[in-house]
Amino acid sequence: MRFVAVRMLVGDRARYFGILVGLTFASLLITQQASIFIGLMARSYGFIEDTGYPDIWVMDEKVQFIDDIKPLQDTQLLRVRGVEGVDWAMPLYKGLLKAKLANGQFQTCNVIGLDDTTLVGGPPKMLQGRLVDLRNADGVIVDAVGARTKLAKPPRNPGERSVPLAIGDTLELNDHRAVVVGICEVTRTFQSQPVIYTTYTRATQFAPAERKLLSFILVEAKPGVEPAEVCRRIRATTGLAAWTQQEFQDLTWNYFMKYTGIPVNFGIAVALGFLVGTAIAGQTFHNFTVDNIKHFAALKAMGAGNIMLLRMILIQALIVGLVGWGLGVGVASLFGFWIKNTELAFKLTWQILVVSGVAITIICSLSALLSLRTVLRAEPAIVFKG
Amino acid sequence: MDSAAAAISCTGVTKTYGSGQSRVTALRGVDLEVRAGELLMLVGPSGCGKTTLISVAAGILDHDEGECLVFGQDLKAMPQSRRTALRGRTIGFVFQAFNLLPTLTAAENVAIPLLINGMGRREAVDRGRAMLDRVSIGDRWRDIPSRLSGGQQQRVAIARALVHDPKLVVCDEPTSSLDHETGHRVMDLMREVAVGPDRTLVVVTHDARIFEFADRIARMDDGRIVEIREGTRIEQD
Repeated sequence: MRFVAVRMLVGDRARYFGILVGLTFASLLITQQASIFIGLMARSYGFIEDTGYPDIWVMDEKVQFIDDIKPLQDTQLLRVRGVEGVDWAMPLYKGLLKAKLANGQFQTCNVIGLDDTTLVGGPPKMLQGRLVDLRNADGVIVDAVGARTKLAKPPRNPGERSVPLAIGDTLELNDHRAVVVGICEVTRTFQSQPVIYTTYTRATQFAPAERKLLSFILVEAKPGVEPAEVCRRIRATTGLAAWTQQEFQDLTWNYFMKYTGIPVNFGIAVALGFLVGTAIAGQTFHNFTVDNIKHFAALKAMGAGNIMLLRMILIQALIVGLVGWGLGVGVASLFGFWIKNTELAFKLTWQILVVSGVAITIICSLSALLSLRTVLRAEPAIVFKG
Repeated sequence: MDSAAAAISCTGVTKTYGSGQSRVTALRGVDLEVRAGELLMLVGPSGCGKTTLISVAAGILDHDEGECLVFGQDLKAMPQSRRTALRGRTIGFVFQAFNLLPTLTAAENVAIPLLINGMGRREAVDRGRAMLDRVSIGDRWRDIPSRLSGGQQQRVAIARALVHDPKLVVCDEPTSSLDHETGHRVMDLMREVAVGPDRTLVVVTHDARIFEFADRIARMDDGRIVEIREGTRIEQD
């Protein structure tokens, strides 16, 4: 009777598309909003991921997330280097500095200072120039989106587009001259400020004079030593916080989850998608069943048992569920593809697919349950009532 | 009354709908025996209990009191699942509104009782086509019901009622929506393909034009069988 169930469903095009619209909308809203949420949240720890190479991040014990900078004394670097199990430890500067643009306006930038010798913690991908060019006088590397947008030079003629910052261009960082020696690609940050890489020494020169300027210490554990064990030793020896890369990402993620309204706002959107999907799909599916109640009653009269009817309705729910979910996820993916090169955040993970799949399964199950109740209650004798 | 040889044997059957002031008694102690191999017509005015009686006889409605045996078996005493399965195997239905599934072809509609009884789709549809040949619309097997005339739809419904070779066929007002000539052709067909030594046909109707096709006619009024006549004619009130 499977094909009868399928034909009953798809043959009634208006209702079939009505149910699909509800489920597609629910699937789209859940998938798209969750992807934007994850994309946005991933930006919170994007810099940690970009830095990539070191096993361990060392910082002040009060630091709550990546942008919560509580500078350390430079001497802490030497203390960390002395901890057993540490292969190497390098300084990293991270701070917000104002850049003066060619048009005289100021733009706050995320300035990253890398160890002068090793340049550990550099950008994940160079688009133009080389990382070692940072050793050139006043050299800085600018991220491509920043160079194209917020740091771009004024248009040559009125009405034309701004001119992207390019290698050889200069800008002023806190009254210090900086020369662009490379363009890189980085993960967008939460605040979407331009990212500027330079050497640690130069960064501390750009930065306003402070007693402590060391933001983080990047540490690599010796081969064969567990990073978690090295973290424990660093904490015990120096009193500083030491996190593995994943732990530091989690710390940042949890901070944003706990202290910002982002999860609640997106949660509301996802819940709304679920509720609207349930209402539209459930109602349409139930209407479809009610419209076909005479046919179901006829099938009952002709000997179709409850289990058979249950299977038919489940097959119908499965079909609309799969197609609706697929369409919703497909449209959400297209949306993600379409905004790939924009500033909008979007990260579609397999976990989101599972969540939206489970949500659609729940919607379909509720709809099927409602319909099943109607069908099982249908009196087969109604087929004799004209 | 030899209930073992009878297709249907009802004794003192009562059925009441609702309760309190809205209580309606549809059957008031019906005694009726339908012989195996005959075409019995159940006639009477609207609301006299014809539909309720065939619903009880076909095992799709429980009566309140009395006994109703179908081929010697008390369907009311059976568990629901067994009764449904038995109905699927031994009874064929022709509904007044045909109740063909609008999205299935004629052959697929005819195949439904076979599918319900567990036959594979291809074999069931092939047998559905063969059955459509028997009711002379084999060439329309691919058409969906909306492309068929009322008479053709009725033939599809008849083919569906017979395709699984049931011992009892129950027809509800089979000619009510057909013109005189088509109605006669349909009844000719029913006599030809649906009645035989191993098959009993019960037709509910108030279409006097087809009384001539009956072996016996049972007239109902106010929830009772008031007259049973042998032969092909019954006087109209």
